[in-house]
Amino acid sequence: MNIDGVNTGVVLDHIEAGKGWEIYNLLGLDKVDCTVAIIQRVNSTKYGKKDIIKVDGDVDLDLDILGYFDTKMTVNIVKDHKLVEKVKLKLPQTLTGVIECKNPRCITSQEQEIVHKFRLSDPENKKYRCIYCDVVYKESK
Amino acid sequence: MKELRHLINITDLTVDEINHLIEVADDIIDNPEAYQDICAHKKLATLFFEPSTRTRLSFTAAMMELGGNVLGFDQAASSSTAKGESVSDTIVMASCYSDIIAMRHPKEGAPFVAANHAEVPVINAGDGGHFHPTQTLTDLMTIHRKKGKLGGLTIGLCGDLKFGRTVHSLIEAMVRYDDVKFVMISPEELDLPGYMKETLDAEGVEWKETRSLEEAMPELDVLYMTRVQKERFFNEEDYIRLKDSFILRRKMLEDAKEDMIVMHPLPRVNEISVDVDDDPRATYFFQALMGKYIRMALILFMLGMK
Repeated sequence: MNIDGVNTGVVLDHIEAGKGWEIYNLLGLDKVDCTVAIIQRVNSTKYGKKDIIKVDGDVDLDLDILGYFDTKMTVNIVKDHKLVEKVKLKLPQTLTGVIECKNPRCITSQEQEIVHKFRLSDPENKKYRCIYCDVVYKESK
Repeated sequence: MKELRHLINITDLTVDEINHLIEVADDIIDNPEAYQDICAHKKLATLFFEPSTRTRLSFTAAMMELGGNVLGFDQAASSSTAKGESVSDTIVMASCYSDIIAMRHPKEGAPFVAANHAEVPVINAGDGGHFHPTQTLTDLMTIHRKKGKLGGLTIGLCGDLKFGRTVHSLIEAMVRYDDVKFVMISPEELDLPGYMKETLDAEGVEWKETRSLEEAMPELDVLYMTRVQKERFFNEEDYIRLKDSFILRRKMLEDAKEDMIVMHPLPRVNEISVDVDDDPRATYFFQALMGKYIRMALILFMLGMK
């Protein structure tokens, strides 16, 4: 299967296989006015299988947020068919509207219109605390 | 325009600011007549979405003794919250009618939401099991008046350390003073939350846990008792099982230091036996009085008047 290279835009490589759509939605790529390709379950010498997203267009994406999901992902910034920057992902200091506080005592459990916001409290263990109630976010199993 | 100050967590105040508040409160005690009209024509809104006796009364008394006025409600049922109004809308409305707001809410983080929408200073008067900074100021004022210092003390925290917001705020305040040690005395189910333990470790503070109040007693300068709060439990069985975990009786004070002080944010249910009340170390009613003076100092500070 052939998919054209990117002229000017972003290539997200080494996405954990199966997570491509999640990243697509997270970055709001359904709303951008340019060509976007998601390639799923590509053979990878490093990880076995991987997903790739190619965005061909000069769009402003919040790439910081990607660090929360997968710091192993490779983010390549392309300009005029040339790789101009490899962005090293790290855990973002804050997460706004990405994850939701599950503490039933938190004000966000009562007032649905409040935007859920978390701050990084322990980078080593990837712990994020709700800015309202301070409770650590735990991923559902 | 001067930036609005809010008090959500005790750490919103620097140590210098806390010391300043204590100085002003000391001066209010010494010279009450100098402050009796200082807040004339100012209004404090007490927005209490959850029942309270001491905190609301002490805020009310504080503003009245400063010559100001007080308006508000004392339960969510008597506010528009019962009709589904959001915290932010209630606060914007209250900002129109008052110069300063003291707010209590059962949900954690509600005063923080309020502060993001208010056009006047917001004081957190307790948000669920989270923070209660004015109780902490009360506690610091009490320790200052009784011990003459805030550093170099061993503080025993006893009872519900999991949901006990007064305990959390007190720890956050005291870790900033030199040579403070903590002894945590609680049943395992009501242990201090992980994020508070992280705070203690990050600050390099000496602390330990024990399940025995008697064992901890001899080394304490301050014994801070707390109530196991029924309203924090989703399951009544757990509450009943844990509510009588620690009861302080007069006989247990035999091993305590002569100048130790017994504090309690009140109300107590049965965790301090009434026979302790006559012991000179019982400080909890004095503590309630100090709450009024430090809140007077805080209101002046938040209004930019002192």
